[in-house]
This record gives sequence, C-alpha cells and structure tokens, in this order.
Amino acid sequence: MKQRSLFLFLALAASALLLQKPLPMHAAPNPPSEGDSLPEMRLPVPQKAEELDYLGISRKDFFTIPEVKAELVIVEVFSMYCPHCQKEAPAVNELYKMIEADQELKRRIKIIGIGAGNSTYEVETFKKHYSVPFPLVPDPDYKTHDAIGKVRTPHFLVVRLQADGSHKVIYSQAGGFGEPKEFLNLLLSKSKMK
Amino acid sequence: MMKMLIVLICAFAIIAADSTFAGNTSEGFKDSIFQTQNLKPIDSQSPIKIGDKAPDFTLPSIGGTQVSLGSYIGRKNVVLSFVPAAWTPVCSEQWPGYNILKDEFERLETVLLGITTDNIPTLFAWTEQMGGVWFPVLSDFWPHGAVSREYGILRSSGVSERALFLIDKRGIIRYMDIHDINERPSTEQLMKELAKLKE
Repeated sequence: MKQRSLFLFLALAASALLLQKPLPMHAAPNPPSEGDSLPEMRLPVPQKAEELDYLGISRKDFFTIPEVKAELVIVEVFSMYCPHCQKEAPAVNELYKMIEADQELKRRIKIIGIGAGNSTYEVETFKKHYSVPFPLVPDPDYKTHDAIGKVRTPHFLVVRLQADGSHKVIYSQAGGFGEPKEFLNLLLSKSKMK
Repeated sequence: MMKMLIVLICAFAIIAADSTFAGNTSEGFKDSIFQTQNLKPIDSQSPIKIGDKAPDFTLPSIGGTQVSLGSYIGRKNVVLSFVPAAWTPVCSEQWPGYNILKDEFERLETVLLGITTDNIPTLFAWTEQMGGVWFPVLSDFWPHGAVSREYGILRSSGVSERALFLIDKRGIIRYMDIHDINERPSTEQLMKELAKLKE
C-alpha cells in the first residue's frame, strides 16, 4: 500500500513536470541540407503585435517555421556574442529592406532570426543595437540550435513553403551571404519564384 | 512495481536533462579556436566579498598604455571582466557581446576593463580576430597572474577564473560573479547591477 502511494506520488509529480515543460526537441547530428525537411523547431511567439502580424502567426504559445504565412522563409541563426553575426547584421537588414520595397516579394518572403544561446534580453540588445526590423526570437537553452544540428553562426536556412502545407530547405549555409541583391536573386532562382 | 519506478525515474532524468552546449558557435572562429574540455567549474577560493575595497593594480594594455584601477576612483564605476584565456571557446564569445553594449556602459558612467593572464601580443591578435573591442584589454601575464591572485581567482593551471567584479566610484566592490569557467556569465544580470548604481 505504501509502495502504491509512492508510485502514485511520483506519477503525479512527473505529470506536473511534463505539463510545465515542453517536451524536448530532438538533437540533430548535422544541419539540414538542401532538399531536406526542417527538423521540428518550436519557436517562442514574438511579443510585439506588428511582428506577429508580419509572420501571420495567430498562436499564442509557440510556432513553427512552416506556419509562417509566406512562400519563402529566410531563417538566420545568430548570437549576440558572435562578432561575425554582428558584422553581417547590416547586410541582413539590407536584404529585408529590398524585400519590403517590392510589393510582390514583401507578401511572399519573410525573415526571422533565432538567437542561439541568447535570452530575450540578449536578442533585444542585438535588435536595438543594429535596428533589426524583422522578428528575432530567443533560444536561451540552445534547444533549437541543437535541433538544427548545432549550426555555426551566422547560419542561413531558407525554407520553401508550398500551398499544400509541405516544405523543404532550399538553402543551408554557414557564414555571411555576400551581396544582399545577389543572395536574393539566388534564392528567387532556387525557389523558382522568379 | 519497482521496475516501473525505475523506468519512471529514468524518464524524469531524460526530461530534466537540458542542452548543455556552451561552446562558441561563430563560423568565423571555426578554425582558430582551441576546443577545451569541460573544466572544473571553479578552481580557487577568493577571500574578496561584496563591500570590500577593490585591490588597486596597474597593468599594461594592448593599446600600449599602463592602466590603473585607481585612476577611475571618483570618476567612473569599473567592471573588471576576467576571462581565462585567449583563443578559447567561451571567452571568444563573451567580450564581443559587451562590444554592442558600449552606449549602455557609457550611460551608466562605467568603464569596462578586460583582463586575462595572456601576454600582450596574444591578446592583440585575439581581439583583432574579434574585429576589435572598444574597452581596454589588460595583460596579467607578468608577474604571472599577480592581479588574478590578489583577487583570489587564479586557478591552479595559471589562468584566471571567468569572473566579473563591479566596483563603484568609491572603489568598493558592489557585485561579483566568479562564474563556472565553462559558461558565459549573465550579461543581463551584470547590466541590472550596473543600473542599480545609477539609482
């Protein structure tokens, strides 16, 4: 009887823990390659209404990249502490501005940054310093970073979303992307959106 | 019943296990950083406590000048950021974060001094690889680790702990974080402590 009570207590404690904490995402050995599907990545929903609006997200808890309302999502994995991400920030902002300046592309392409190992304070510091105009989400425990194969930063993952709900990675590369205009043309060509 | 209990406990352990990634992620550092193993978190016992007067020191900087803690008394708060070694994973992604907080340090009337037990040429090359830093970087190389020893944070391997000391304008230690060497200390906490001095 005593053992049964202990078991029940532990089972209840386990349930409470499970309810409190999202199930862990699986760690991947390598970053996704072109043609792959994205691993499961549950990202915290941005707090600002305009960022939710930009991504077309209506959920309140977390979201996934395929849920973004777009045809192409450019994901930058960065860190506030990575000098090479700092150096790349103006080029990514320039890419965003180019997309937003085009009424057609603006509707079809979205950009999001994931701060590997960065808290909300740290991604906000990065956002403020570089006047980043697109949403940045924190990944304080490296869970998303683990799920996408511990990529080096900055790492750009570009995902093509199809109308039928399927998706695939069309670009996956560590390091800077060079000239924003050339990178955008490359993505339009790879995604067959041109 | 016991088997079920063991399974349950194992499941707990798996669920509770968080990611422990603490290395550097930066692509640009990929081929130039020495990958260290997980080290003993803290390998010293500092006698210093909050409220103590900070030991004064003078150390050479990579800018070619001598920098004295005492020269800031009455003018600026000082943050001492000791890191263990140049060209190692966590250290290489700590100071670049402070680089983008320059305005905030200035607003809070605080200077940041970065210190390691490496020699000047090593520190120069390392910080250049980061793209430079705005704050003075000081070498506690010779007499080896003398300042680190005075602050009670010299490890048995001859490098300093990863430690932060916040010293107010009167030269009093107001916050200290002798941190697990394998992890980056919280920048948010440091900036909160700095903001308290402004209140």
